[in-house]
Amino acid sequence: MMKIEITVNGAKRVFDVEPQTLLLNLLRDEMDLTGTKYGCGIGECGACTVLLDGDAVLACMVLAVDADDRKVDTIEGLAEGGKLHPIQEAYLDEGAVQCGYCTPGFIMATKALLDENPKPTEQEIREYLNGNICRCTGYVNIVKAVQTAAARMKGQG
Amino acid sequence: MTMYVNRHNTHILLGFEYHAPASVAEAVKLLDNYGSEAKVLAGGTDLIVKMKDGSVRPKHVVNLKWIPGLSGIRERRDGVWIGALTKLRDIERSELVQKRLPVLYEAVRMIGSVQIRNLATLGGNICNASPAADGPVALLALDAKAHITGPSGERTVDLDSFFTGPGRTILSQGEILTGVTVPRSAAGGYGCFLRVARVSMDIATISLAASAKLKGGTVEDCRLAWGTVAPTPMRTREVEEFLRGKRLDEKVISDAAELASKSIQPRERGRSSGPYKRKVAYGFTIEALTRIAGSVRRNR
Repeated sequence: MMKIEITVNGAKRVFDVEPQTLLLNLLRDEMDLTGTKYGCGIGECGACTVLLDGDAVLACMVLAVDADDRKVDTIEGLAEGGKLHPIQEAYLDEGAVQCGYCTPGFIMATKALLDENPKPTEQEIREYLNGNICRCTGYVNIVKAVQTAAARMKGQG
Repeated sequence: MTMYVNRHNTHILLGFEYHAPASVAEAVKLLDNYGSEAKVLAGGTDLIVKMKDGSVRPKHVVNLKWIPGLSGIRERRDGVWIGALTKLRDIERSELVQKRLPVLYEAVRMIGSVQIRNLATLGGNICNASPAADGPVALLALDAKAHITGPSGERTVDLDSFFTGPGRTILSQGEILTGVTVPRSAAGGYGCFLRVARVSMDIATISLAASAKLKGGTVEDCRLAWGTVAPTPMRTREVEEFLRGKRLDEKVISDAAELASKSIQPRERGRSSGPYKRKVAYGFTIEALTRIAGSVRRNR
């Protein structure tokens, strides 16, 4: 067992973990943060996307020990004081959610995109999100949602 | 022992002993001690998948990620150095790479997804030694040198001699790749990266990295490197020789393409057939050289 200290959604937490524990398992099984989904497990679907020190990464491929001393942000940390984040609002308003399984991953990838590039073109949105798969095939509305979120946020994070 | 590969397990990792060395010397010592029982972890995007399905079962995992000094991109006296632990995403975003190593920029941004590139390292992309990997193909077109540290000290080799087969490299027990250098002579040219893949996240079916320097309209220096046309990434030196000193007109370009389609060494079967790859190689050579000729005209 190894002791790690990670900041999850702004709160510092200490855990004893086995070296083979994946960040995804730590979030879901130890912290009950089940918004982050287990999809393919081999880095192709993006359902487990979280932000690690602000960068979009796949929680199914990161050892928990590699998150030691770092910041992890998950879908649960986006809403503030019971109010949805503008990206979440935009996904709802544009009907960008069908079964919803891919949505947390898409939203976290969108967050990373808009943090980097507050006014992405449609091409930039499609390229940035190409690691997230929606098997209900709702991509048109997802792209619209990102554009709507970008317009509403006007680069204010 | 028969190895049971469970493609359905993508969720659980088997246990292993974990090591996080704080220096290259410490990493070398650990790897030398444990030999074939140890695997190197960098970005993890290849290793973790193989460990989940059980096709790789290391007793020891040596995580290089916490070793300082192995990541970064710097212009040095001998060329552009890129540390082995540099994330692909950092290479893609580097102005130095965009300006001086355009073919590497184009190759790296095609790899996986943003999420993968935020984890995966250049060293991992190289040492995994897939004949389909995009990074090594671009680096071959840039005449890159590989820096290796091991139990008996440091050595630098041509990246072209680094690969010995699919998944195999010249690294011997205890050795790690610490970085690569693109020599001054190869940096700063025109570059172009082309590939065929079924979908964006897929690995390449065939790829071409071309880099060239031209003087007064004639080819001074040119390198063509290919992915997935042989057991390792390879260069087609006879095509490079043919192009040297010539003007990139239509005839020269199509002769070069003809030569390239004969020079590659694809398997006749596999994810796509040999004859198919030779046709694509012909088309890719035309496209790459036409683009290079075009960018020269634009910049004049």
